[in-house]
Parts: sequence; C-alpha cells; structure tokens
Amino acid sequence: MALSRLSSRSNGLLRSAAAAVLLRRTISTDTSPMTIDISLPFTAHLVEPPSRAVETSPKELLSFYRDMVVMRRMEIAADSLYKAKLIRGFCHLYDGQEAVAIGMEAAITKQDAIITSYRDHCTFLGRGGSLVEAFSELMGRKAGCSNGKGGSMHFYKKDAGFYGGHGIVGAQIPLGCGLAFAQKYSKDEAVTFTLYGDGAANQGQLFEALNIAALWDLPAILVCENNHYGMGTAEWRAAKSPAYFKRGDYVPGLKVDGMDVLAVKQACKFAKEHALKNGPIVLEMDTYRYHGHSMSDPGSTYRTRDEISGVRQERDPIERVRKLIVSHDFATEKELKDIEKEVRKEVDAAIAEAKESPVPDQSELFTNIYVKGLGTESFGADRKELRASLP
Amino acid sequence: MSAILQGAGAATALSPFNSVDSKKLAASRRSLPVRVGGYIVARSGVSKSFPSGLRVRRSEQLIANAVATKADGAASSTSSKPGHELLLFEALQEGLEEEMERDARVCVMGEDVGHYGGSYKVTKDLAKKFGDLRVLDTPICENAFTGMGIGAAMTGLRPVVEGMNMGFLLLAFNQISNNCGMLHYTSGGQFTIPIVIRGPGGVGRQLGAEHSQRLESYFQSIPGIQMVACSTPYNAKGLMKAAIRSENPVILFEHVLLYNLKERIPDEEYVCNLEEAEMVRPGEHVTILTYSRMRYHVMQAAKTLVNKGFDPEVIDIRSLKPFDLYTIGNSVKKTHRVLIVEECMRTGGIGASLTAAINENFHDYLDAPVVCLSSQDVPTPYAGTLEEWTVVQPAQIVTAVEQLCL
Repeated sequence: MALSRLSSRSNGLLRSAAAAVLLRRTISTDTSPMTIDISLPFTAHLVEPPSRAVETSPKELLSFYRDMVVMRRMEIAADSLYKAKLIRGFCHLYDGQEAVAIGMEAAITKQDAIITSYRDHCTFLGRGGSLVEAFSELMGRKAGCSNGKGGSMHFYKKDAGFYGGHGIVGAQIPLGCGLAFAQKYSKDEAVTFTLYGDGAANQGQLFEALNIAALWDLPAILVCENNHYGMGTAEWRAAKSPAYFKRGDYVPGLKVDGMDVLAVKQACKFAKEHALKNGPIVLEMDTYRYHGHSMSDPGSTYRTRDEISGVRQERDPIERVRKLIVSHDFATEKELKDIEKEVRKEVDAAIAEAKESPVPDQSELFTNIYVKGLGTESFGADRKELRASLP
Repeated sequence: MSAILQGAGAATALSPFNSVDSKKLAASRRSLPVRVGGYIVARSGVSKSFPSGLRVRRSEQLIANAVATKADGAASSTSSKPGHELLLFEALQEGLEEEMERDARVCVMGEDVGHYGGSYKVTKDLAKKFGDLRVLDTPICENAFTGMGIGAAMTGLRPVVEGMNMGFLLLAFNQISNNCGMLHYTSGGQFTIPIVIRGPGGVGRQLGAEHSQRLESYFQSIPGIQMVACSTPYNAKGLMKAAIRSENPVILFEHVLLYNLKERIPDEEYVCNLEEAEMVRPGEHVTILTYSRMRYHVMQAAKTLVNKGFDPEVIDIRSLKPFDLYTIGNSVKKTHRVLIVEECMRTGGIGASLTAAINENFHDYLDAPVVCLSSQDVPTPYAGTLEEWTVVQPAQIVTAVEQLCL
C-alpha cells in the first residue's frame, strides 16, 4: 500500500517536472482511482475493522477540498451575520467537523437518509442544499429551506433524504430508527445515518432505540459526533465511559478519526454494507468544533485557546486534504487559494441574495399547522381575529 | 335507495386501494400521492362524497333516541341491511383491520399489540393476519417507539402507535409535542406526519392515580395535532378510520370503561368526520357538551331531566382539538345555556378551554354563565367511594341543569 503511494507520488513529481500549469489542471478532473492509507487505524468493537486503504480519486479529493471550504466559509459567514444581528436565537456552528459531513456523503446516495441534531447547516449543504436556502433560513426569510419558519435548528431537505434539524438533544435518535424501520418495511435497500453528539450519548432514548434497532435488525447507523464537549461540559465530566462506540454493548461499533475525510468515507461505506446485512452499528467520529457550543458560548471558558489552536494546526480537516492534494500534485497552492477566493465570492453572493429575500407573509403564520383546512379556523394570538363565524 | 346505489358504486371504485403491492408501495412512498378516492358515508338521506379534505357535514339525520342502541335509530331506515352488533373494542379492531387491508403502509406498534393481541384486545389476531412487521411488539420504551413511529411517518408510512394506557405517553411527551406536532411547520410543509396515537385513558375502576390520567388536557396546547375522543362503537370505528386516513397527526382517546359497550353498526364502510361534534339528543332548554365516558353519565341524567320536564340538548363534542364551534355555536344560539360535563380536571382541562372559547365567540347568545362540571383537581384515589366523588356523577348533572334553567 505504501509502495503504491510512493509510486503515485513519484509519477506526480515526474509529471510536474515535465508539465506546465495547464497539464496539472487536467489532473484535477482525473477520476482514475487511487488508494490512500489513512494515518490512524480504526478501533473496533465486536466487528472486524475495515482496511486502512481508502479508494479515492484526484477529482474526489478536490471535490472534498472545495466542499469543505464552502462549509467552512458558510459557518464563518454565519458567525459574522449573527454578530451583526441578522441571525437571531440559537446558531450552532459546525466548523472543524466538516470532514464528517463530507466523508459520509461520499460513501452514500440520496436514497439513504441522514438525520442529525441542531448543528445541521453543513449536513444540509452536504445533502445538496444551496447556500441561498441556508442563509435565508438562518435570517428567517421566505427563500429559506423551511420558508423561514424553522430557523437554524430546523433545516430539512426531503427530496434528498435529509430529515433535519432537531432542537431537543437526542430526540432525533428514535426518529432515525423510525426512518430505518420504514426503509426496512418498504424494502428500500437503503440505510439511515442517525447523528448525535457526545452529550446526547447519555440520553436514555439512545439505548431504547439501540435495543429496538438491534432487536428488529434495522438498517440504522448511529453516528456519535464526539467533539468532546457537551456544551460546556467536557466528556470526562459527563460520561463514566467515554468509549461511545462501545456503548452499543451487543451492537458492533467503530471508532473513526473524524477529522480525516477519507477515514470517515471508509467507515461509512463499511457501516452501510454492515447495516444492510447485519443490522445496526455504532460509529464514533472523533472530531472537534472550533466555535463554542453556539454563538452565545465563547467556547473558551471550559477549554484553553491553546487546545483549540493546537487542534487547528494539527488536525484541521481542510488542511489535511490540502496537504494531500499538494503532495500528490493534483493542484498547486495557488490553485487551491483561487478555489478559496472563488468560494468566498460564492458565499458572499449567496448572502446578498438571501438578504434580498423577503420575510414570510403574516398569513404564513397559520399555514402548515395542519395539512388540510378544517371546518373551523385557527385563532390568532389575540383571539380577536379569524374566529369561527355562524351564518 | 339512490344513496345505497351510490354507496355500492363508490365501493367498487375503492377496490384498487385494497390491493397495494410492494412495488407500488415503494414507488408511491417517496412521492406521497394525494389520495383521491372518495368514500361514502352509508346513511340514508345523506349522500355526499368526502374527498380527503373531510368537509364539515351538516347532519340531517339526528338520532332521536337518548342512547344509540337501536339499529333503526342509527342506520338508514330505507336500508334492508341490519348491520352487525359488536363491542367497542371490536369496532376499533374492525376499523383498524379494514384500514390495514386498504393501505399497506398502515402498521401498528405498541406494547403487547402483536402476539398478546393487545391489552384491551383492540389488536387481537392482527399479528396473525398481517405479520410481525406490520403489527410490532415493542419493548417498554414509549419515548423511543413513539419517536420511531414519527420518524417512520416522516417517510410516508402510517403507523398507529398504541399507548397501553394513555398515561404512559407522558414519557413520550417530547416526541409528541416537538416532533409529531411541529415537524410539518418547522420543515415548511415538507414532511407530513400521518401518525395515529391511540390508547385508553380516563378514570377506570380503582386503577389508582397513575393509571387514571386524562391526557387530553396536557396535549391540547400542542399546535399541529388533532385530538378526538370516541364514545360509541359507531364513532370508534369511524374515527379510527378517519384518523388513519388523515395526513395530520391524530391522537385518538379511548376510555378504559367503554371497551365493552355494545352497538349495532352498519355493514357498509363508513368514516366519521374528525372535526365534527355528534348531536346525541336535540333539545331546547340547555346545551350539554360532553365527550367520552361522561356522555353516558349525561344521558343517564337526561332521562331524569326529561322526567322532570326539561329538554336538554346533548352534544358529544368528539373533536377535542379543534372544537366544532359550528355545531356548538348553533346549539348555543338555540338554547342560550351551556353546561359542560367532562372528565378532565377543573384546572386547564378541555372544559376550561371550551368555556373560554364559548365565552369569547358566543357571549351575546348566552343567558347565563357557562357552567363546567369537571373532575376534582386531585390524583384519583384508589378507594371506590373516593373515586366516585372525583368524577362527575349524574345527580350532579341534574342539579346543575336545574340551577342553570331556573
């Protein structure tokens, strides 16, 4: 495996020596498969871990890079918008954890379902959501993915199998098992990825859902995005056993380096195959969030700035892919910088467009409460309007 | 006669729906087709077709009898079909079974609903007929299996979640309130949650405080859900079918003590309107609004009242959320006096909301304050006599009407 890596590297070097910039541009769309070894091995519980050699291609790596840059930029932009009071309420940012969303998408299709918690902006993008929809929803505008009525914690994209977006910690876990149940019921040959955090891993409903999923052989993959902090409480202060991938007990588990997009891809691919044949499996993604729990939390009262910058220097997912691309000469530093600039422009344009979008009409207050109109009408908050009228 | 022919015609039109093969199921599940087929309520004189919008029906056929026990009172007078007699839990089972045959997406989940047949026999023999995947025995985890039902409903399945006792659903309150009620709204209309949550509640015979809960008062504020309470075998079957067919999440409240009520119901397929109240006994002097088990206490009191010369109008409101203010308002317009008899506790119960709604909307029509008879604000005691004093008894209803009408 190492040899193949070396050989592809030397090929790259040869090519770079002989070629001009133009030739390198064609490599960036190269879909020829290659294998890369991930640096950290998987830790497995009750199952044989997948191999460390991950199949990928230059094109895929560049798409990883670009997509993660878009996500990172979106979250940073959301930070500024929140401080400018254009986004209100709660805003939970995902920067640092992008590899989980991107790696997962690379391993699955839109037939598979994903359900996650309130830290859902990037997962939404990964499922095919647009930047305009995301920013509009964050700012409460009509063009938002939930028409402005959901907000940061309620992004959904039904046609792409993205089931949200849930505010209550852990409540999405039984929902996710329900999605898996429906997939089994309708013989879809698809799986459900139910994401939750290390904080939610202490919820009783997780164990209830695990029991049912294992009992009924549901194609459910429970993914613990372990960013080591449940809001302000470090995992060692909240959990007696921080081995979240082992908490399934009778359900197999896999611990994955969640900052390595290729490792995530491999694990999710493996998990999907496992779930379709053998029932549920737990994945623990060892990841990290740079921001605090939400925009109301500075994120530095319970962890040191050194820790945050340390992780950023050593484990940042975008940096890793950048190094990989540059070392294999799939693109130059300058080209990657150009991608970043382009993404920045794209994000700014999306924000501008989202700002143009109008706020929802007042009539939208009463739509989508029930699916059909009823014989009587809903009442306004002051109960003076929209009363049932007799002839 | 024409009504029956129309009914027969509609029945054949419905037959494609009965056989849903798995391919069609897989194809249709993702696209969530709007169900277009109509169904006919088989009552003579009322021949309207109901699209899935379930328009409010103007009842022309009123039941003259105090208690709906006779076939000629309930079913059509021109029909030669006598109907069949059954108990309330069998009516629920019939409704559930018919809907499960009609639509392969309907499944049941709950504790002991499958092999055991249901703790109140509502799901008896369904597991044998439809298999373990469609009638699921869950472990004891209300939060998780209610959440699972909601998650399955998000994809287009139509689960019927049974709480063995409604009180146990308090453990699933978060799922019911936040996910079941709100997902249609917070997703901007992307997801519908066509789930039915049902189970027995209410004060039974010395079941103790924790098993005598009236959850309709806790759930009534949740936006996005509909609540109905059944009280007779006829409306139990009709409401069960309507609830399953509705795209909204519906909570169907049954009562522990009403499962063995016997009634003759029509053989033809029928569905009740979810948002409509039932006129049990038309009258002139006072409007008595009630639901579920208290209907029978009211009817018992009505007998006494009729002997004393009063003419009470008894309405079983059936729809607890939203209230059928149309039927109720027309009645108030006629009688000008309202008495609410309910089993909820006085504080924050259905009666409290109904009193507020009537006062706000029909204040000009009222000649006297709305009187609300509810259960006492106490945990239901175990001792039989104390339990009797907790709920409203017919004698209290009679006294209240006498005071109201004088």
